[in-house]
Amino acid sequence: MSDSRELSTAAPIEQRLAAIESVLDEQHLHPQEFVTTFNELAYHEWVPENGARVVVKAWTDPAFRDRLLTNGKHAVEELGLSMPPHHRHLVVLENTPHIHNVICCTLCSCTAFSIIGLPPDWYKDLEYRARVVRESRTVLREMGLDLPADTEIRVWDTTTDTRYMVLPERPADTDGWSETQLLGLVSKDALIGVARAG
Amino acid sequence: MNGMHDLGGKQGFGPVRHSADAAVFHASWEVRANALYSLAVKHGIFNMDEYRYAIERMEPRHYLQASYYERSLTSLATLCVEKGLISKDELERRTQGTFPLAQQACAGRSNRADRQTYLPGDLVRVRDDHVSGHVRMPGYIRGKRGVVVGVSPAYPFPDAHAHGVAAQAEPSYDVRFDATELWPDTADAAKIHVGVFESYLEQAR
Repeated sequence: MSDSRELSTAAPIEQRLAAIESVLDEQHLHPQEFVTTFNELAYHEWVPENGARVVVKAWTDPAFRDRLLTNGKHAVEELGLSMPPHHRHLVVLENTPHIHNVICCTLCSCTAFSIIGLPPDWYKDLEYRARVVRESRTVLREMGLDLPADTEIRVWDTTTDTRYMVLPERPADTDGWSETQLLGLVSKDALIGVARAG
Repeated sequence: MNGMHDLGGKQGFGPVRHSADAAVFHASWEVRANALYSLAVKHGIFNMDEYRYAIERMEPRHYLQASYYERSLTSLATLCVEKGLISKDELERRTQGTFPLAQQACAGRSNRADRQTYLPGDLVRVRDDHVSGHVRMPGYIRGKRGVVVGVSPAYPFPDAHAHGVAAQAEPSYDVRFDATELWPDTADAAKIHVGVFESYLEQAR
């Protein structure tokens, strides 16, 4: 139980963390080693460049695009990517000239983190979680994405262990671009759906 | 429970504090907090539903005031105490200060015996359930009508899985709602999709 008095006397966060680390150490879970492992995963394995590879492959290989839209989890495995076992399903949401998809998690912070990267700070903040489902067009405009009035907005709230990623539209005038050039067009924001590719 | 975490559609919040290429972590302790709860899940000390539920039952003022990773740490510590890895007194002796934990858990529930399967195109209504324990039905869809657009594989049923209650795994359905059905007159036009467990649904009449 915590009341406001208890909050005001709370030990500094680093001390609380160190205490819990000591508990896990006593359980022989080797927490410090795992922090090193986790750092590697967070900064070098779970990166949006994975999602960018999926998108560019879908832009350049129509058969792959079809497989991706049918079964995302299987299709990303073709590119050597994987998802944690509890993420049993990946739904890929294709943007078109008239449909724009955007993902969120109103209850916490769920994302397909092994494909699009760990969620950015604003995705986990109260504002995005509260507002994007109810004021999608307004929120996207505030974030710099002003969609035409006739574009249908589709919001996807990640409330189960099904995961989502947005397949953004390929920008015009990119015919003949190399794979490397195309990869540079796809940001984490585009995979979430708060920005276009480009 | 419809705690502070159940934020979808809540009014009064200001602009999203967005920046391009925003950071995931802002300090090394945040990476450690994320790593440590992941480690505990990996070793089966608790599961992700227990983890989420222990965040949800943080005292509301604490929930709102805490950063994202302080909420992670609070859940981890709460579950270490509840699972008997350490007492709260010993934890606070080590921190040399108070260690605010989440509030007590309520009872969970198992699947509905009368649940039924659905197919894309089926019209459904979210049951008017009010649950004290863990639930993954955001309050904004309670009692609302939508249409099934996708079907997932079976997952552990969160309302049971967060509480150690026996239950069968069940699929969830991507259900499409009209924003204007969810919040008449006070929403931007959009289709809102929510992953909804089978036990939360009934056929729309």
